[in-house]
Amino acid sequence: MDAKRITELSIIANKVRKDALTGVYSAAAGHPGGSLSIADLLTYLYFEEMNIDPKNPTMEDRDRLVLSKGHTAPALYGVLAERGFFDPAEMKNLRKFGSFLQGHPVLGKIPGVDMSTGSLGQGVCVAGGMALAAKLDNKSYRVYSILGDGELEEGQVWEQAMFAPHYKLDNMTIFVDNNGLQIDGDITKVMNPTPIDKKFEAFGWHVIVIDAHNYNEIESAINEAKATKGKPTAVIMKSVKGKNVSFMENNPAWHGSAPNEEQYNQAISELDEIIKGLEAQL
Amino acid sequence: MAKVATRVSYGEALVKYGVPNENVVVLDADLSKSTKTDTFKKVCPERFINMGIAEADMMCVAAGLATCGKIAFASTFAMFAAGRAFEQIRNSIGYPGLNVKIGATHAGISVGEDGASHQCLEDIALMRTIPGMVIINPADDREAQLAVKAAIEHQGPVYMRFGRLAVDDLYDDDYKFELGKGVMLRDGKDATIVATGLLVQEALKAAKILEDEGISARVINIHTIKPLDEEIITAAAKETGAIVTAEEHYIMGGLGSAVAEVVCKNAPCPVKIIGTEEFGQSGKPAELFEAYGLTAENIVKNVKEAIKLKK
Repeated sequence: MDAKRITELSIIANKVRKDALTGVYSAAAGHPGGSLSIADLLTYLYFEEMNIDPKNPTMEDRDRLVLSKGHTAPALYGVLAERGFFDPAEMKNLRKFGSFLQGHPVLGKIPGVDMSTGSLGQGVCVAGGMALAAKLDNKSYRVYSILGDGELEEGQVWEQAMFAPHYKLDNMTIFVDNNGLQIDGDITKVMNPTPIDKKFEAFGWHVIVIDAHNYNEIESAINEAKATKGKPTAVIMKSVKGKNVSFMENNPAWHGSAPNEEQYNQAISELDEIIKGLEAQL
Repeated sequence: MAKVATRVSYGEALVKYGVPNENVVVLDADLSKSTKTDTFKKVCPERFINMGIAEADMMCVAAGLATCGKIAFASTFAMFAAGRAFEQIRNSIGYPGLNVKIGATHAGISVGEDGASHQCLEDIALMRTIPGMVIINPADDREAQLAVKAAIEHQGPVYMRFGRLAVDDLYDDDYKFELGKGVMLRDGKDATIVATGLLVQEALKAAKILEDEGISARVINIHTIKPLDEEIITAAAKETGAIVTAEEHYIMGGLGSAVAEVVCKNAPCPVKIIGTEEFGQSGKPAELFEAYGLTAENIVKNVKEAIKLKK
């Protein structure tokens, strides 16, 4: 990918981060840490890769994305807003009574959301059903799902980990947001799901390990997944929880708590600085 | 008279109504020989998906298929559908209102010899709590097959409850099944027996015994427990003044509770609820029905008690 496009995507991803934080701050509740870690991936998918139409969110043959780690809805809503599915100004209504921006993604209520999620382990299985539907209908749309690394502790993830290779769902790509932290702390201390890559390999997946914040690596992983026939692909993304907000990075305390006004302002100014620096490169 | 288990009817109806509809996909969790979805698999293997022993995944895969326009039938024993996969059904099927049909076989105590671990007596209660979920508990072969047809035609989640035990035919070929409508099988003025599934036959037997004793009992078959036919229940409460419900299910949260809710709201009168009150055990279905009071005799006894409670 050329450097200019990477810079443009980085700017968008940091706007998505701002949207996510604005949502969580306005709601005084939500999950900032894991939202910030997947912002680059979501930006790449929705701005570079996926066949979608903000004017026609239910387009039949669109690519689908199921946010299996549904608690990071602020990032999904942010990217959908930036992509034009709805007004980014709506972010301040996140989790508010009467708002369509529910605490976790809801199918049919939020333009661009392909499945209701929030209960961990379920979304990736739903994605398997979507990929199977495409196979049954000989359609070429692709299905993406994003999981948390802590989410891998849910047993039903491994039911689906058997299913997708068994039915050769090579139209399905999952991303594990491997930021290493879950609510109660270090994933290896709470309930160790590692080695994540070897587990998926053993279950029959094509596995790629990348840096979640490197657009070239994201792009090549997705291209490799598309070129891989006969098996689904699991992309294990080494990520930084709370990415690009200094005091949130790698701190599990920011898994599920909202910033106060001072923290919010600092986070926004840090992100604005980053955006300013990126814009100067254009 | 033919004796057919409603699980067999499920398999046959999937062939009859499911094969011609290209959107129908049948999923099973390694129980296709028992749930009888193998009947569908034999003629339509390309739309049969074995999920392995993975009910949680099955419900969610069914949901995913439904988001893409498929009518997914997720099939397993009631215990592992409504029980094990409750939260998947609630959050991935019920909440988004997806067009998934749950074919739950081996429901109730009539599972028999397998014992309490497999005798699902709480599925109606569990499924009733999910907004938008339609629940059908057919009483015979004909009704079970038409329930499958109705489920295909209905847009939204449906839970179908089928039994392992072969049952006598209740209806002839002219029977018209209407989703959400109770069926008055016999009129009566002193009390009403509202039954579902296998207990409908017992209700009819009870009404005959009562008739011999000079008591006129109305009998209503409720195949669709949700949405419940409030009209037929309210009319029964008003016109007969006493109701006895009978079901092969725990007394809490099932048909009896649903009927009582309607009666309390619209036309308060005595309601006696017949169902199980504890975990079952191994045994022949007839032995178990006897042991847990799921019999015509117990219905008769309860009808008399209910009549005594009338003002």
